Amino acid sequence: MDVIDKPIIENVSRRSFLKGLGLASGSFVLATTLPFGHIAMADTAKHNALNVFITIHANNHIDIICHRSEMGQGVRTSIPQIIADELEADWSLVNVVQGMANNAYGSQNTDGSSSIRKAFLQLRQIGASARYMLRQAAANFWQVSIDECLALNHQVSHQITGKSLSYGQLAELASMMAPPSLDTLRLKDKSEFNYIGKKLASIDLPDIINGTTTFGQDIQIPNMLIASISRCPVIGGKVKSFDASLTRKIKGVKQVVEIGLTPGAVNFHPLAGVAVLATNTFSAIKGREQLEISWDYGKNLAHQSAEYLAKRQSLVQQPGKICRDEGDIGNAFKQHVKQVNAVYTVPYLAHAPMEPPAATAMFHSDGRCELWACTQSPQRARDTVAKALGLDKDQVLVNVTLLGGAFGRKAKADYLVEAAILAKAAGQPVKVVWSREDDIQNDYYHAISAQYYQGALDDNNQVQAWLSRTSFPPIASTFKKKAQSQGKFELAGGFADIPFDVRNIRCEHIDAPAFVRIGWLRSVANIHHGFAQSSFVDELAVAAGLDAKDFWFKLLGDNKNVALNRGGFKNGNYGASAKDHPINTDRYKEVIELACQHAGWGKEVPEGEGLGLAVHRSFLSYVAVISHVKVLNNHLQVKKMYCVADAGQIVNLDRVEAQMEGAMIFGMSIALMNNISIKDGQVEQSNFHDYPMTRMAQAPEIEVTIIESDGLPGGVGEPGVPPVMASITNAVYAATGRRIRDLPLNKQFSV
Amino acid sequence: MLTIDINDQQHQVDVEADTPLLWVLRDVLHMTGTKFGCGKGLCGACTVHLNGKPVRSCSLPISAITTAKITTIEGVENNLSNASTAIAVKQAWITENVPQCGYCQSGQIMSAIALIGNNKSPNDEEINIAMSGNLCRCGTYKRIKSAIKTASNDVGEK
Repeated sequence: MDVIDKPIIENVSRRSFLKGLGLASGSFVLATTLPFGHIAMADTAKHNALNVFITIHANNHIDIICHRSEMGQGVRTSIPQIIADELEADWSLVNVVQGMANNAYGSQNTDGSSSIRKAFLQLRQIGASARYMLRQAAANFWQVSIDECLALNHQVSHQITGKSLSYGQLAELASMMAPPSLDTLRLKDKSEFNYIGKKLASIDLPDIINGTTTFGQDIQIPNMLIASISRCPVIGGKVKSFDASLTRKIKGVKQVVEIGLTPGAVNFHPLAGVAVLATNTFSAIKGREQLEISWDYGKNLAHQSAEYLAKRQSLVQQPGKICRDEGDIGNAFKQHVKQVNAVYTVPYLAHAPMEPPAATAMFHSDGRCELWACTQSPQRARDTVAKALGLDKDQVLVNVTLLGGAFGRKAKADYLVEAAILAKAAGQPVKVVWSREDDIQNDYYHAISAQYYQGALDDNNQVQAWLSRTSFPPIASTFKKKAQSQGKFELAGGFADIPFDVRNIRCEHIDAPAFVRIGWLRSVANIHHGFAQSSFVDELAVAAGLDAKDFWFKLLGDNKNVALNRGGFKNGNYGASAKDHPINTDRYKEVIELACQHAGWGKEVPEGEGLGLAVHRSFLSYVAVISHVKVLNNHLQVKKMYCVADAGQIVNLDRVEAQMEGAMIFGMSIALMNNISIKDGQVEQSNFHDYPMTRMAQAPEIEVTIIESDGLPGGVGEPGVPPVMASITNAVYAATGRRIRDLPLNKQFSV
Repeated sequence: MLTIDINDQQHQVDVEADTPLLWVLRDVLHMTGTKFGCGKGLCGACTVHLNGKPVRSCSLPISAITTAKITTIEGVENNLSNASTAIAVKQAWITENVPQCGYCQSGQIMSAIALIGNNKSPNDEEINIAMSGNLCRCGTYKRIKSAIKTASNDVGEK
């Protein structure tokens, strides 16, 4: 599965680069003639390439590949920023080229907050390796030792004679040098960084403000048809029969194509439906509205989310499968009668990126299929399309556009498969345009869930027993039909990975069947686990009569690295080793301490207002959030949010701050409003009127602090989200005495 | 065949009278700076100016605008009536490094230009009212608000 870790940069050697070239050579002759805005895709016929990521032109300009997908996290700036730093390149001469699907880049799967944390070292090596080759080229040219050649600010100088050559002058010669072996490569010391850690402006900013960017929805290809697809509203259903006679009367409609049901797990298969292909989007939409389709809904018609959630709430109050067990929980609960228990729920959630999914496909005369799409995972999209169409992987070319938000949705390749199938059927290029209704009603939803927590306090208000249970349909169900058991990576997402200093701990999980497509949404299982965990700590603090901050410190115990694998639970730790990324209680405390300082924790607030604290470690980063809310006449206002994050070494400080700012708003939407409900197997919401998002007038003041750290980079895109929801509900409790355990809050308050 | 005025240029377009302006811009004129977000006037990603006022182009049939002047993100800096505001707003967007994914930003910028064009120094409440029709799923509201204040200061000084 994509959420599970994969090896990253496979090599930086020229030999492999040349091999990589063979994969897709010549693919770009056509693409470069098409009228595509400003995104340059990787040109496979590059001259003066030093490795797969770096090409230096004679005029000193440098092309650096961004192999990951830009969806707002700033990766098209931060990846080149790392490479350019180690390369000693002049940033103003750097041009960012978007990498196509190509295994030579290593994993391109842009999720799991992984782009920097997993590839930081390799990206530095790629830059440093090219810097070495430039120095070697100069040394050869001057017939001197490489040790006398210094690369600095886009040129190499000979330290004895003072002669210098620019990178552009050296480029051709450097491209013929052998790359150095990695073990002899010297990387920069932190004090030598020019760009890493700095606030560089986003590379795409000028195009964004001028409206000249190219997103997946923006692709235009000559002779292209646009498809709007009516998909079966119940998962597993199919078309029984349909009548398109009225559709065909709509001006601009060219073809109507049925898409069949793919048997087995939902995977990234297209949903069954009927596609209307027209010369423009409006005709396609109008034509689709005129379709008369009779559906065979299938078994999932019986799914009702309200009943399903009620059942989860009941099941988590009974024993489940144990995934972590320390001490003797039964005995501890017998001994310590001061106990707290609570059940928390979070509904299904939709991704709802501002850009609904879109993909364009065309077939070349030699049978190859080329696609352009806002995809988080071009390699997997390529492989999925190849399999669906019976093509070899190297017959499928995937170009990555900008992504207008993604949050996990665009890691799923179903819409690329739709485009490829329709382009084949139509015999001409096809762009599939998802509407907002399609997006809300046919998503891969964040799992609906219930959690049960039970804790026991001793006379000193020390937690002596901690029991937690969780139940939600697992992501595995998307890939394996009837899979019901939560995956280890889901249980390690803020549930069985708790760091608390408690002698008796048991974590249990309860199977849950899936009746809709389940996907991963920004921070995945940490969404519901983070909400439940920080809520429950707050409830325990109240029961103990202690301040929440003091209680968190007590629960975390001494400053230490907590063992990853405890009580029989193997914590995957987001793919990182305990040595590189231990669970460190000191780092938890530091973010809590700073957040409390900034928020004036403990200060008097006016009647009807309150502060709430939550803290969570996910994707190897530690984030504390304090929300300040006001409740007046049952209207809930989030006035201010204080966020402190420790994400290890930072690459682009401004973009990290932006990610945290965005995570506050994203989490606030979940806490206050987001709710997908399902009746008779069908999603009841359809657009932003009934699946609302935080708007400007609701948006609180936000104060973000990023801790300066020498630690290895942690994740950034996701870790801001998990603490947000409980920080708000805990603040609501502080303000009103009302404990809200079921999201979203707009069921209880006007927001 | 209908004639429409986009960014001070006359365009003849052969579309059905009920076609929303959004799809004429994107599919016929290939001006894709104006974005499709919801199709129901709920998100503001498709905001353009109609005689200087912000409107949602996804919900505006082409037949209703044949006598109007339409300004889009691509042409807003060249529109004499609000060029200086547009330049100030875009500059403020750069100063604050506002966008994340960028998809909603054309619409945000068009709403912000219309706001400042109408009110040289909007307060928080006025910004909230003018901008709450524009959703940003990435959550850039804090920076949008800062940028609007920066831009309004710039415009006010001139």
